[in-house]
Parts: sequence; structure tokens; C-alpha cells
Amino acid sequence: MTAAAKPTMIEFRDVHKYYGDYHALRGITATIRAGEFFSLLGPSGCGKTTLLRTIAGFEEISSGAVMIDGKHMEGVPANKRPTNMVFQSYAIFPHLTVAENVGFGLRRAKLSKDELNCRVGEALEMVGLRGLGARAAHALSGGQRQRVALARALILKPKVLLLDEPLSALDKKMREQMQVELIKLQRQVGITFILVTHDQEEALVMSDRIAVMFEGEIAQLADPETLYRRPNSRKVADFIGTMNFLPARILSEGEQGIEVEAQGLGRMLLDPSQAPGAASGTGSSVGFRPETATMLFEGQKAEREAMGTVEEVVYYGDMTYYDVRLDGTEAPIRISMRNVFGRPVLEIGARTRVAWSPGAIVLFR
Amino acid sequence: MKGGGFRIYALAYLIFLYAPIILLPLFAFNEGTVIAFPLTGFSTKWFVAAANQPTLWLAVKNSLIIAASASVISTALGVFAARASTRYHFPGKGGVMGLIMLPLVLPEIIVAVSLLVVLLGLGINLSIVTVILGHVLICTPFTIAILTSAFQSLDRSLEEAAYDLGETGISTFRLIILPLVMPGIISSLLISFTISLDEFIIAFFLAGTQPTLPIYIFSQFRFPQAVPVIMALGTVLVACSIVLLASAEYFRRRGLARSGAKDTGGFL
Repeated sequence: MTAAAKPTMIEFRDVHKYYGDYHALRGITATIRAGEFFSLLGPSGCGKTTLLRTIAGFEEISSGAVMIDGKHMEGVPANKRPTNMVFQSYAIFPHLTVAENVGFGLRRAKLSKDELNCRVGEALEMVGLRGLGARAAHALSGGQRQRVALARALILKPKVLLLDEPLSALDKKMREQMQVELIKLQRQVGITFILVTHDQEEALVMSDRIAVMFEGEIAQLADPETLYRRPNSRKVADFIGTMNFLPARILSEGEQGIEVEAQGLGRMLLDPSQAPGAASGTGSSVGFRPETATMLFEGQKAEREAMGTVEEVVYYGDMTYYDVRLDGTEAPIRISMRNVFGRPVLEIGARTRVAWSPGAIVLFR
Repeated sequence: MKGGGFRIYALAYLIFLYAPIILLPLFAFNEGTVIAFPLTGFSTKWFVAAANQPTLWLAVKNSLIIAASASVISTALGVFAARASTRYHFPGKGGVMGLIMLPLVLPEIIVAVSLLVVLLGLGINLSIVTVILGHVLICTPFTIAILTSAFQSLDRSLEEAAYDLGETGISTFRLIILPLVMPGIISSLLISFTISLDEFIIAFFLAGTQPTLPIYIFSQFRFPQAVPVIMALGTVLVACSIVLLASAEYFRRRGLARSGAKDTGGFL
């Protein structure tokens, strides 16, 4: 099934939010599709959590509209919306047991005791906590609390599950494990997941689509690969991974493409798709990812080569990061090289040839 | 010896603090009427004498009614105020909270006199009810101080989670907030009960013809032969407060263990 064929689950129409004089959301317009794993990514204070809370109903918007499954959400309180949330602090009720926590949302459904136990058991099974129902909530580890929060939110079978930085409190190993489990869980239940995160790697790993937010606006909304390969601004490029920038001049723009002259690299012809952003007015530059360039060793040749000097070497075991200053440029660029057995790691001050490819270049104007 | 000076200081301090209280049961069980050493022999007759005084029982009854009512009312008021001050922003919040907390530092005699003037001006008869009103006034700042810290330690997302899961504001309060601030409510009840029970000035001014226990005790000191009886009464009161405090601490620790919170100090 192609993504475009999926119906719309959430729609933001020119959403604004003010806190007094502070303009927290500045005209958000976007759609999130049903069954999608969608991420809101951005630095702290960019409005991503505020936007998530407008879906949950914890924040009233100042103007615009939020639609869930085709219905206007204005005036619909949080306890009447078809959404459930996993909180950053997990918000596990400390005075209740695991089963009482998970079954909390079913209190109003007035189920029989057997039916309730059955549903709670299923939910616990789904998150891998079978048999822990009688445990006191405060006796759980961080990862277990996370799972209880998930089970508690999913037991009501919401149309949308909202996740507010759910993995930020876990250590690295646990976080990576939970990322995979969350993806599997989302495929299994088929519910729309909306994740708020400041961790670009997490967003890339987990999401079908990502909205990158800065200062209350969506800077770019795209699938992870497009976001990584064709960022539409230097800011997005900088936030998602590492990108090298070199000052550039646009020589001509025609049918066959855009001709650019970049410092240290020389002239190149770029496809219009390599310039996805609008003009910023701060001068143009070209950018490329560290892994798209490579250093040439004796006997190796490439179509496009540039000369430079190694200024810094960072050895990571499987990888080495080199900071190389190309001749005729002011700031070094970063190149990541996979270490190959038998090949020496270069030293600071060494002269080197750098191979690059025009296809990997992104033009920012 | 290292820290020897501090050790002596600590010891002297403890003796100064507790010696008078230890003397209380000593003379309560002493046979003689005169409060002086040497002791003349063991006797429980003063306790019997105390138990046989109907006016004493009346004063105890008055005090218990006043302390129970004042602690319940001031804790209830404290819950509202603490909730409002920790959750909501409203114009003039600082000023309002300041005015509520003012009786904490206001000389009690001034509160008592002004209350008396107002009540008399309104033509209200002095009784237990007027004492309860006065005690609510001085207990409420304490209950707010205790309850505010209880409400502040509450994670706001707990409420949001309950609301998100379909509960209303009221049921969220009952199911989540109330159980979690219960230790705070119990300490608030206990402290305001204690404050009200031994409060003298306001009770003295507002009690009319219904004396409380402190007023009764004070009045008895006019008669030398009644002093050992008061000693016996004091012994009973000390025993009661030790039991009360110990049980409060027991419940507080049990509550902590149940919710898994960290122990950040209590009564004992």
C-alpha cells in the first residue's frame, strides 16, 4: 500500500498558539495519515510538545483548527477525544498495581471482572509484561514503567497514540531495544502513532514521516530518506546528522540544470531536485554528508577530486572521522571513512585527495 | 575528644528540653501534695482525683470537640487553597496567599482581641463555636503550608493521564490526587488538632462559659492542693501525644512504602 492511499487521520489547519505574548505555534498546517508512524522532531522549545498536546486536548489553540478523523476538535475535552497519550514521565499511578494502572481506562466501560482481567492480560502480554499484573507500580524498572504506560494507553484502542519523548529517560541500550519494539507494536496494532522527540536518530529509525520543527513552525515534512538526503534548509540539514557546507555561487540556471561554482570543489551542474529549499537571502552554499565524500589512497582515482590537508583525526574503531580543509577554503569539512584492515589512519597535517560526487550535493540558496 | 564540646552542648540541650516533662509523671505518682523533693511515696490517687472531677471532663469534651472541628475545617480549607496555589494562576494570587498566611506571624493576642470585638459587635454569643472559628483562623496557615508541599510533589501528568483515560476532573481528584496527598492531609489534621488542643489565648477570650482544657488547667493553679491533679492530667496528655505522634509516623511510613516515594523526613 502506498502511503498516499491512506486516509487522513489528523489535520492541522493554520494552527496558532499564544502564551500571552509568546507565539508558540506559528501557523501549523499539516496532515497525518491513518496508520502512520509520524514524528515531530525539533530542539527543545520548538513547539513540538505543544503541538502534540493540542491533539490530546491539553492545550487549547488560539486560532486555526485541529481535526481528528474528520471531526473538529474545538471544544472537545481531552477525556472525550479518541487519543491516548504516553507521557514523558510515564505518569504511572504510584498507589495502584500494574493491572490497576493498565485497566484504569476501562473503569468507565463497566466490564465484568473476568472481561476486565482478560483485556488487561492481553494488554500486558502485548507489551511483554505477562504475569506482572499484581506487582506494585513503584517496584518497576524504567523500561517496565514505559511498557505499563504503553499498555495503559493502548487498552482503550485509541485512533491515535501520542508519545511524548517516551524513550528519553531510558539508557542507550534500552532505548534502542524499545525503538524496535515500538515499531513492531505499531505495525501489529495498526494505530496512528505520533512521536515527539529531539533525537534525530530516533526519528529517522522509527518514523514513516517526520515533521522537523523550529520556533513554532514546521521547517520540513518528509520521509526520513528525503529529509536526510534533500534537506530544504541549512538548519534542517544541520539538525539531522552532520552536513558539510561550502560557500557557492550560482552561475546560471537553465533547462539542463543549475550551474554552480563552489569553493574548494569547483564548477558543477546540479539537477533542480538538488535545490529543494526556497531562497534564504543569506547567500548560497552547497552541502554534502560526510559519508558521501571519500579520501583517496595511492592508486585510487575518481572522476571528481579535490586536494586538502588533514586538520583533525577522530578515531572511532570501526570509523575514522577526518576534518580536512580543502585548498582554497576557510573551514574544514568532515569526512567519515570506514576503517579497512591494512590501511593506515592518516595523521594531522597529511596532504590528501578527496573524491566527491555532484549527485550527493544539496544546494542551499 | 573530638566533638566533645558539641556532645556536652547536645546533652545539656536535651536535659533542658525534657527534664520538666520527666518531672511531670514523677510528681504525678508522688504521694505528697507539695511539689518538691524528696518524694514521699508511690500513689495513683491523683489520677483517681482527676478522673472524678466533672468540670475537668467537661473541659476535655469541649477541647476535643473544638480541636476535631477546627482541624477538619482548616484542613478542608487548606486543601482548596493549596490546590489553587499550586495549580492555577489568577490575578492577585500572591496577595491573597499572603493574607491567608498572615495569622502565622500575627500576635495571637491581637487576633483574639479583634475577634472578640467583632463577635461582640455582631451580637454573637461566645461559645465553643466561636472558639472553633478562631482556631480555624490560626490553624489554616499551617495546613496550607503542609498541604502545599504535598500538592507540589504531585506530578501534573498523573492528573492529565487520568483525564486522558476518560475520567472527569472530579473523579480524577478522587481516584488519583486524594490518595496521593493523603499523607499530607493526615499530618495536616494532626498538627492542626494539636495546635487547637493546647491553644490558650484565643480560647480564653472567646470561650465564654465553656472552658477548654488549657483554660481549666490554668484556673486550677490558683489552688495549691489541685497542682498534683494537674500533674496527673499532664502525664496523661504527654502519654496521649506520644501515642498519637507514633501512630501518625507509622501511617506516614506505610504510605511512603506503598507509593514507593523517598523518605524526606517526618515527625520522628
